[in-house]
Amino acid sequence: MPKFTIPKEEYVCKGHSACPGCGTPLALRYTLKALGKRTVLNIPAGCGGVILGVWPSYALKVPVVDNAFECTAAIADGIRAGFDVLGVKDAYVVGWAGDGGTVDIGLQALSAAVDRNANIIYVMLDNEAYMNTGIQKSGCTPIGAWTTTTPVANGKGWNTSPKKRIMEMLVANGIAYGATVNVAYPEDFIARLREAKDIKGTKFIHALAPCTPGWRIDPRKSIEVARLATQTGIFPLYKVENGKYSLTKEIKNRKPVREYLRLQGRFRHLPEEAINEIQRLVDEEYARLLKKIKETNE
Amino acid sequence: MMEVMTANYAAAYAVKLARVGVIAAYPITPQSSISEKLAEMYVKGELYGKYFLVESEHSAMSMLIGASYAGARTFTATSSHGLALMHEMLFWAVGARRPIVMAVVARALAPPWNIWGDHMDVMSERDTGWMQFFCENNQETLDTILMAYKISEDRSVMLPSMVIEDGFILSHTYEAVDIPDQDDVDDFLPPFDPEWKIDFDDPRRFGGLTMPDWWSEFRYRIALDQEVAKKKIVEVDKEFERRFGRSYGGLVEFYNCDDAEVALVLAGSAVGTAKEVSDKMRERGKKVGVVKLKTFRPFPAEELKKLNDMVPVVGVFDRSYTFGYGGALYSEVRNGIYVPGGGALVKNYVGGMGGKDFTPKNMEFIFEDLLRIKKEGKVDRMVEWINIKDGTGRW
Ligand SMILES: Cc1ncc(C[n+]2csc(CCOP(=O)(O)OP(=O)(O)O)c2C)c(N)n1
Repeated sequence: MPKFTIPKEEYVCKGHSACPGCGTPLALRYTLKALGKRTVLNIPAGCGGVILGVWPSYALKVPVVDNAFECTAAIADGIRAGFDVLGVKDAYVVGWAGDGGTVDIGLQALSAAVDRNANIIYVMLDNEAYMNTGIQKSGCTPIGAWTTTTPVANGKGWNTSPKKRIMEMLVANGIAYGATVNVAYPEDFIARLREAKDIKGTKFIHALAPCTPGWRIDPRKSIEVARLATQTGIFPLYKVENGKYSLTKEIKNRKPVREYLRLQGRFRHLPEEAINEIQRLVDEEYARLLKKIKETNE
Repeated sequence: MMEVMTANYAAAYAVKLARVGVIAAYPITPQSSISEKLAEMYVKGELYGKYFLVESEHSAMSMLIGASYAGARTFTATSSHGLALMHEMLFWAVGARRPIVMAVVARALAPPWNIWGDHMDVMSERDTGWMQFFCENNQETLDTILMAYKISEDRSVMLPSMVIEDGFILSHTYEAVDIPDQDDVDDFLPPFDPEWKIDFDDPRRFGGLTMPDWWSEFRYRIALDQEVAKKKIVEVDKEFERRFGRSYGGLVEFYNCDDAEVALVLAGSAVGTAKEVSDKMRERGKKVGVVKLKTFRPFPAEELKKLNDMVPVVGVFDRSYTFGYGGALYSEVRNGIYVPGGGALVKNYVGGMGGKDFTPKNMEFIFEDLLRIKKEGKVDRMVEWINIKDGTGRW
């Protein structure tokens, strides 16, 4: 039997209000298992804030500061600044934002925090759309996906813009540590956060977390779909440390993207040509990643 | 120690004396020299806390909210578009009950571009729940920042404060300013010690989702605590006077009002002009009084009601305008002093906007107009714009 490395402590209580099959509570559990009790989460508008429940109770055993939609990195850095001035050490400040709150409306504050090399951990929960407001397109919505603002009619209309390359933007800015994680791979998820936590400077964790109503999937298939995202190479797991890229999950034989797309209602409309085109784009992107790994390790 | 300095430098010295923990800054004219002076002090190692450069005013306010949650005393300064960009986070600071103090160097908003002083920016934030203190001169700017921390951080108040100085008129004008001793300030202003802050041993959630029922309760508490603040402001002003020998009247100052025939209500640097003109006119036997509005939020309606018994005619001078009605001070003062079936007549004068000179002569014109209204026994019109190039500016 393989050694089980996931800490037993639970900081997410029963009674949160996430949808069945939602990836976010898992991501929360793994993050807090990795960081422990002296962690404060800083959460903007988005599912992340809503699923914790309604005042006066909430479903975590760590402090939480809720915030507005575009200020996660700034508030987190502010908390860190306050701790520094008051001599509070060994505490982790985590910005916990959705993809929309990160690559769109929150990008300005995030880029400035990286510019200051703010000593925070920023976790981007990527469910690939604005889910809290009802499945509208974000800068992280993949090509081909239906959303309510990229509706499909007469064989066209789905999202045609590629996912923003947020990791590359931040790496170009000189971020201290960046990693992609996936709720389907909990041990890897926890390992990356453990690695990140004691590095000084801004740490960015790009976490893939399925949204069952948004992706139009059977809640029971949520983890299977998430795992396929990595197995097909659509969402490769890698990290960037001091500018050096490396794969954190080797995928020997990548599965065809069709397997991933076909399980999700949001891609149901796609004709064969579009699926082939997506396969081509994924291959291209994967090759780019491998090239970067090679180049940055030479 | 007396030194000659601008109100912006006076603000920076106040921040130093208050031992602020976290300062976040983003430049905008005419505020920039506060941020620059603080940066210089920081580099020289003269500040107690840390100084952060952010990419926008939105993030400046956000950082301070975070730092205040951690338990640090915080400061930023801004003007005009910077204040407007913060708008969203100003609500957050209040709802989160973070006693942030911010200097607002009042200025116009574009277009057309205008970097000079007026009160449009400040008045646009009237309903955020911030306390708003106006300053007449540079000394008052320094003193008010010190008092604002004490008022804001009082556990019965816990609301943020704007300390407002007029763009250029104060921000860039040199005056003699008394810088109090650090020890005396330390005595007056103890370290920030909030009842609620991030605590890992007693984890809480700040600002999460709340249902309508409880949400109203939170707003109600803010409303009540603005009332509590009124008492606190008067108290702190008295204590400041005891310790430092200077008082600003608490919420309002009545100047030359005892036997006045008419009075003019106003806020900010124009108060100085009004006081001087009033003195001069009194030498000529014209009994005109000045009412300095020190705080705009909380609004001292009770205090202003006294005007009904003092004078038959009240003028209100505004450096801003709420389009489609009248000046903001005007509408507030008029509502504030209203008593059913009587009370003073009220007229609005609008001027000095976007840096337009507002001279003693203009002020004299207003007082003469008020005396005329007193004689005629009725207000000719609701609003009068002073110094308008085309048309009469009267309706
Ligand atoms: C300034 C502002 N604009 C719009 C909104 C409305 N809003 C709330 S949550 C949300 C989408 C959140 O999407 P994302 O960050 O991807 O998180 P998710 O809900 O998908 O977890 C939007 C647009 C807001 N709260 N603030």
